[in-house]
Amino acid sequence: MMEKMIFGRYLPGDSITYRLDPRSKLIFIFLFIFAVFLANNTVTYAILLTFTVFVILLSKIRIPFLLGGLKPILFLVVFTLLMHLFLTREGDVLFQWKFITIYEEGLRQGIYISLRFLILVLMTTVLTLTTSPISITDGVETLLNPLKRLKLPVHELAMMMSIALRFIPTLMDETDKILKAQLARGSDISSGSIQQRVKAVIPLLVPLFVSAFKRAEDLAVAMEVRGYRGGEGRTRFRKLQWKTSDTMVLVLLGVLSAIMLYFRG
Amino acid sequence: MREVLSLDGVSFAYETEEDVFVQAVQDVSFTVRDGEWVSIVGHNGSGKSTLAKLMIGLLFPATGSVNVFLDPLTEDNLWVVRSQLGVVFQNPDNQFVGATVQDDVAFALENNGVSYEDMQIRVKEALSDVGMSGYHNHEPHHLSGGQKQRVAIAGALAMNPKILILDEATSMLDPQGRSEVIELITTLRSTTGLTVISITHDLEEVLLADRVFVMNQGKLAASGTPTSIFEQGTKLQEHGLDLPFALRLSQLLRHTGMPLVGDHMSEKELVNELWTSHFNK
Ligand SMILES: Nc1ncnc2c1ncn2[C@@H]1O[C@H](COP(=O)(O)OP(=O)(O)O)[C@@H](O)[C@H]1O
Ligand SMILES: [Mg+2]
Repeated sequence: MMEKMIFGRYLPGDSITYRLDPRSKLIFIFLFIFAVFLANNTVTYAILLTFTVFVILLSKIRIPFLLGGLKPILFLVVFTLLMHLFLTREGDVLFQWKFITIYEEGLRQGIYISLRFLILVLMTTVLTLTTSPISITDGVETLLNPLKRLKLPVHELAMMMSIALRFIPTLMDETDKILKAQLARGSDISSGSIQQRVKAVIPLLVPLFVSAFKRAEDLAVAMEVRGYRGGEGRTRFRKLQWKTSDTMVLVLLGVLSAIMLYFRG
Repeated sequence: MREVLSLDGVSFAYETEEDVFVQAVQDVSFTVRDGEWVSIVGHNGSGKSTLAKLMIGLLFPATGSVNVFLDPLTEDNLWVVRSQLGVVFQNPDNQFVGATVQDDVAFALENNGVSYEDMQIRVKEALSDVGMSGYHNHEPHHLSGGQKQRVAIAGALAMNPKILILDEATSMLDPQGRSEVIELITTLRSTTGLTVISITHDLEEVLLADRVFVMNQGKLAASGTPTSIFEQGTKLQEHGLDLPFALRLSQLLRHTGMPLVGDHMSEKELVNELWTSHFNK
């Protein structure tokens, strides 16, 4: 399940969405969240859903792959729907059977809210699937750059983020190795009482932490030796390039918001 | 030949607790000349890594001085000196800073404020120099240890330094990765005239060096050509060092009364003498 879950992951590929500047994508997602909250009736939700499907098609990510990879989150969406169905007691009664009563308002609310949730998850997943972590970091750093004046350590934050991302696979591999080593010695973290399981996790965490600190120390030395001394006077290997298509993306979002404002109930 | 790096009566002690010192390096002096390949050997804890750290200004000597290109290394010229030295460490994973191969190679260039256009060219060149051109977009966890170390060498050489310092850069690699790296260094040296200072346990690698420094308990115990060092035989073993396989075998054979004459630094030399002497009988 861990391997199949795609929320927050990057999938190398190529399409218009891949080629967009990370800044335009980040700004888009940020503003899109507000746009989603403009929807309040069937027409606006339909527009929103159509737009989302349009974006997914544009990104060339296969819809079955997307939905398959988001299964755990889809459960949450369904759960939200059910909660609203059974717990809201407003409007006409639509359906009654023994102790289950479903009200019109519950159905509406349930569909709207779970749809909103679904759309947000789909959009952010499209963003992360089509933007490499390093471009996201670059985008965040550039966008936050003005905040440097407020003494926010923007460069340091971006550097931390990129190093964290860089070391995730390394530490995952290591966890796997330690887990196997402990299993070979008869430790068992998948059965027993909670207390026993917690106890079994400790011999896994301690070596992991020790090695992570060792790595951090080595990395700091390697960085310093290669001349790293903070963001000052540093140039960049990657250049972000704002293209016409990036402006178009934001214009498109503006148009969508205008249409939604018009049809809003 | 011109001197590029020298240590002059260098001593260093780590302070582990309040007023508790571990003497790691004691009164070490040596000179490395332009284009030389120098190996530093010695058992664990003999002060080799400390020497490397002193040479790149991660530590400063308590007494004595480290001179790079004839200038004493100080806090003031530290960053200039670092841009003229390339360093590769032991663990291939822990020195990989960038998210991809090209980002890692560019790291030193970015830090030194090299322009965008220059950087694109230099990264390409550095990658082709180490034979990793096709891998510029690869992430570190998809590379072998030997490939990661080659990328590390590309990153260390991106600023075109004159000196490359290797601190056990091959010790975590499998035999194939090890020979990849050693082969690369041999090639780089012949094409660019790079000076190499290599801390190593690999005795086959030591044989390729022009000179060998033997460290023991923080002191420089011996220095000379690989042949003259290995001739000391048992004395080396007192310093906690092994002899190369061929040399050890030839010693043992002599011990059992076999009349061997030459020095056998490589297996080939030994095999040659063995089969020709047998043939003569
Ligand atoms: N950070 C440190 N703090 C305290 N002692 C250290 C530290 N690093 C090394 N030492 C000690 O200094 C001595 C030399 O270590 P080192 O230079 O790493 O040796 P080598 O690289 O030859 O194995 C050893 O006795 C070691 O325990
Ligand atoms: Mg060492």
